[in-house]
Order: sequence, then structure tokens, then C-alpha cells
Amino acid sequence: MKLLRKNGLRATALGALAVSGALVLTACGSDDNTDASSTPTKSDTATSAVCKDAKGQLLASGSSAQKNAMDLWVKNYMATCSGVQVNYKSSSSGEGIVAFNQGTVGFAGSDSALKPEEVADSKKVCKDGGQGINLPMVGGPIAIGYHLEGVDSLVLDAPTLAKIFDSKIKNWDDAAIKKLNPDAKLPNKPIQAFHRSEDSGTTQNLGKYLSATAASDWKYEPEKKWPAPGGQAASGSSGVATQVKQVDGSIGYFELSYATSQSISTVKLDTGASAPVEATSENASKAIAAAKIKGTGNDLALDLDYTTKADGAYPIVLVTYEIACDKGNNPATLATVKSFLTYTASADGQKVLSEAGYAPIPEEINKKVQETVASLS
Amino acid sequence: MASTTPIDTPPAPPAPPAGRSSSSTGRAGDKIFAGLSSGSGILLLVIMASIAGFLTYRAANAISQDHGNFLTTFDWNPSGNPPVFGIAVLLFGTVVSSIIAMVIAVPIAVGIALFISHYAPRRLAAPLAYVVDLLAAVPSIIYGIWGALVLVPYLGGLNIWLDQYFSWTYIFDQTQPGVARNMLTVGILLAIMILPIVTSVSREVFLQVPRMNEEAALALGATRWEVIRLSVLPFGRSGVISASMLGLGRALGETMAVATVLSPNYLISLHLLDPGGGTFAQNIAAKFDEANPLGRDALIASGLVLFILTLLVNSAARLIIARRKEYSGANA
Repeated sequence: MKLLRKNGLRATALGALAVSGALVLTACGSDDNTDASSTPTKSDTATSAVCKDAKGQLLASGSSAQKNAMDLWVKNYMATCSGVQVNYKSSSSGEGIVAFNQGTVGFAGSDSALKPEEVADSKKVCKDGGQGINLPMVGGPIAIGYHLEGVDSLVLDAPTLAKIFDSKIKNWDDAAIKKLNPDAKLPNKPIQAFHRSEDSGTTQNLGKYLSATAASDWKYEPEKKWPAPGGQAASGSSGVATQVKQVDGSIGYFELSYATSQSISTVKLDTGASAPVEATSENASKAIAAAKIKGTGNDLALDLDYTTKADGAYPIVLVTYEIACDKGNNPATLATVKSFLTYTASADGQKVLSEAGYAPIPEEINKKVQETVASLS
Repeated sequence: MASTTPIDTPPAPPAPPAGRSSSSTGRAGDKIFAGLSSGSGILLLVIMASIAGFLTYRAANAISQDHGNFLTTFDWNPSGNPPVFGIAVLLFGTVVSSIIAMVIAVPIAVGIALFISHYAPRRLAAPLAYVVDLLAAVPSIIYGIWGALVLVPYLGGLNIWLDQYFSWTYIFDQTQPGVARNMLTVGILLAIMILPIVTSVSREVFLQVPRMNEEAALALGATRWEVIRLSVLPFGRSGVISASMLGLGRALGETMAVATVLSPNYLISLHLLDPGGGTFAQNIAAKFDEANPLGRDALIASGLVLFILTLLVNSAARLIIARRKEYSGANA
């Protein structure tokens, strides 16, 4: 009896220890968003930023799709305007817009334009009858990466792509793929299509492209959530890219920078142009140039033309906006917001983008962005 | 089982304090210690209650806006219009992956525990026990990375083999060939992760088998295996069960390792080799970042279900230990 009690006690103590240990161990996973940009000693990147009255701390929040661009901008900007502290918290577009409409951030980043009800909300924060407006600031190609031993170059068109991602085409030596790649030695291997496991603006933009160009093969609503059954999922652009890199016979979609940094081959798109188009920053800019501004007044929300057949225009693109009030911005941060966005929209600021795998906003639209930023009040 | 918990367990814990307080001589140290320990006991209850309260409050908000059935819907789309989400797939995935883990881990753990306690030479037993315990100290994300980079590619071959020879069992029929990012892989990984807990508790129990029982059996001419079968295993049964329950508790709540290894997909399938499925913890980790406010509440609602599930498993474990105490070999 004595023995047993001791045993039970010890077993429970051990068990309790094990459980609490397990609890401690599983409670990990913090997200470190701080960047190593704390050394603004780089004087060689003399930027054209104009500091004017900018001072103090500027908080911003939103889309993670433009995080890498924002990191570069903040670093360069703060190197010139040392009196300013810009903090961009990359969370999600939805969170950025909520923070903006609560008035806690100077501007928000979003990969989709404000919805009407969000514009209505913004009127409470923007004084003097102002409202939130969308300023297209960062473009980027969404690359279709693939991994197929022995195939260095792959051309696909929208219907084929839609069928692959919808598990209608299941094998690499399918007739539809062969027809587009007469010279490639396509193996008899099952296709493993990877998509994002969490809600994502990247998924939504690919969906918009597929439903605009291959409506009969892609019958899903463009949503942030992956709509098609089948295929395999991975978390984040980095997760999808890692899987594609690892698995022979796989295909997936992610921002171009992930493809270049992991040297993953990307699909050339047969858009109907004279030659298949490769996913590059330059080609993405050409496709964004075909966009029309659908916003009214100061709002510069873009209507992208996914069906463009212009030569060298890569149509699967993502545009992220910065959102600010056109009138009645918080007077405490207005000068800083204006100064910072003036820099990001400047020729210098846009030039930085292609280095980070993004695409600059085409000049014609960018000119309007610059004018609008200058008129913020 | 759950309904009997409140009847069976409460009498046990209050008994010792009551006995001790009556024999207290009223010294200051005793009083302070009694106050401290009952204070921390109450604090624990308050913390548990506030966690439950927080979860229930946020969950009620989410469920009231759900346009599907929270228990039976096979979808998770709280940002949709109208929002539709349900936990059926998560509950299924959590339970199935944990069952696979238990089926694999418990026999192996008992084997290791028996080897360490009864077969291994003493010089080998101590370091071996130490190494197994060390496995518990490896953070789960490390298991996750190892699982994704080593285990998943490695299990591809096993999947093909299982599909080829055992597809008639239905569960090993692979309808969607591909990378082994499926429930079976998750189960195997979880089995490795819960192995140390189950092993060390079982080993501890096996070492407590009354020496007399074993010696009596040996004196009657039993072989070593017969000693284990007739005296060690019956004596240790309750300990092994409670050890398994502790392991199960960990398997149910494992997050990062599952999130890195599984290809989540909102479907229920008993084809263990097909990618897809999901678990509560994995779903919360994967969806939290991009979720809108309703989405977060919905995830919290799913967390509440996991909370209840874990609570049930742990109380079942306590119940088994409490009940077995009276009938175990030592009293006979």
C-alpha cells in the first residue's frame, strides 16, 4: 500500500511535469517582425526623400504581401529622415483596414481595394468630410513555379492552368500540356498541385485571373480561401515554394521573389501574345499598365485587365495599395505620412521595387498617385 | 465516463488535507503553508474558470453568426458571405491522428519500458532511460521541421507499398497519389513525440512492482517473460493506461508539428494515405494570422471544443487511476 501510494504520487508528479513541459514546449511560435534595419548608416543609398516637417513615430499596418518592399522603403527613408520612426506591422490586409478605421495607424496596406462599407467606416476617422482612398503603390507578379526533372522550360495557358489546379489534368504527359510544349520531354508522372492553406490575397488574385481568362474551366468565385477540392496545401508563400522545391512533379503559385530566391523554375504563360510571357517584374508592370482606374475622385483603385494580350505583359499580378484619408488626416501624423508616401511613390522609391522581386507601378498611374499624395490634407 | 467523474474524484483529494489540518498544532508555519497551498489551488481554479469563460464568451459570439451547423458543417469559411464554418473535419482529424499515434506509440513505449526496467543490464538502462526522456525536451517545431524534411519524403515509399499490398483494407487505399503529407504521417510523427511520456511513466510503474510478487513467480519456476506477463503487466496496467492518457493529451493538442507536416484540406476521409484533413490546433495556427474578427472568434470556438476534449481525456485518466488503485495487485 505504501509502495503504491508512493508510486502513484511519483507517477502523477512525473505526469504533471510531462504535461506542463509539453504545454510549455507547444506554446511556441512567436512572430518576430523586427527587421535588422536598425543600422541606418548606409549613406550610399542617398534617397530623394524629402523630410520637411516629418517627425516622430509613424505607425502603419496591413498586408504582408508588400512586407519586403516596405522593409526596404522604411530602411532607405529612415536613413535620410533620421528624426522619423516608421513602423509597418505586416499582419493582414483586413487587420490593416480595421486598424486604419479605428484611427490607430497613419496609413494601412492592403492587397485589395476598400469595400464600400469600409469606405463608409473610414468617414468617421477622416475629418472634414474626407474618406479613405486607395493608392496603388506596389505591384508584383505571382509566379507559377514548377519542379519537373528534365523539363527546363514549360509553357501553359489559362485553361490548362485552371484544369491543373482543379485536378482535371492529373498527369504531366497530358495531351493539353504536350500541345503547348511540343519540344519538352514530359514524363509520365502525376501532377502535384500545391495551394495556400490559409486565406490569402495571392490566392484571390490567381482566382481572379483564372475566372477572367478561363471561365469555363474555373467556375469558382475569386476568394481569399482556396476554393477547389483536391491538390495539396501548404502554409504561406514560403511553405508552397518549399514544397515545390522539394517535390518532383509539383506545381504551385507564389510571389516571384520566392521563386528567384530558391531558384525555382517558373511557367511561361501563353496569353495569346506573340510569344509566351515569363514572370518578371518588368512584364508585370506592362500588365498593370493595361489597368484602368475604377476609383472616383482621389481614389485610385485599379481594375486590372487579366485578359490582356499585349506582348510581354504577364497578367497574373497582385497590386497592393496604401490607404490614407484624402482629407482630414490626423494632423499629428499628416506631414510624416505625406513625406513617406511621397518617397515611396517617387521614381527612386519605385525603382527599389524590382530589386525585391516586386513590380513598379506604371508611370502613367504612378503620376496620378504622386499628385494625389501631394494633395493629401 | 464523464458523468461519473464528479462523483468519483472529489472524495479523494479533500481527504488528506482534512486529516492534516485536524492534526495541526496551530503553528504559524503550518498556517502560512496551508494558506499558500489552498490559495494556489483556488488560483488555479480561477484561472481555469476564466479561460473557460473567455472561450465560451467569444465562442458564443461566433456560433451565433454561423450560417452552417457548427458541429456538422464540412467547411471553414468565416470570412465568406454568409459565414459558414463547422468543426466536424477538425474533430475527426484530431481524433484519428491521435488514435494512430496511440496505436503505434503505446506498444513500443511499453516494450521500451519493459526493456529498461527488466531486461537491460543496469549499466545500459540508466543512459537509455535518460535518452528517451530527452526526446520529450525537443521542441515540437523541431519535430515539425524534421517531419517535413525527412519523414515526409521517406514515408512516400511506405505509402506506395501500403497502397500496393493493403489497399483492400480501405484505410490504406491511396486514391490521390502524392507526397505523404497525410494523416498517417501525422500519426507516426505524433507517436514519436508522445513516446517519451508514455515510456517514462510506464517504466516508473514497472519498477514499482512489488519485489515479492516477482520473486514468488520466479520461485514457482516462471520464466522471465512469464514473470512479466503474470505480475508486472497486471500490476502496471493502470499506470500504463494513465501514461497513455497523458500521451493522448499531448497528441490531441499538438500544433506546430502537425501544421508543418499535414496538407490541410477540409474533408473527412478514412483513406489515411490521401492528403487532407486537419486538427483543431493545426487549424488555429494556420488560420489565425489572416482571420477577420469573426474568423478569430470561430477559431476560439473550435479551441473551446479542444479544451473540452482534452478535459474529458484527462478526467478519464484520473478516473481510471482512482478506480484502479483499489483493485490493483498490491492490495490483493
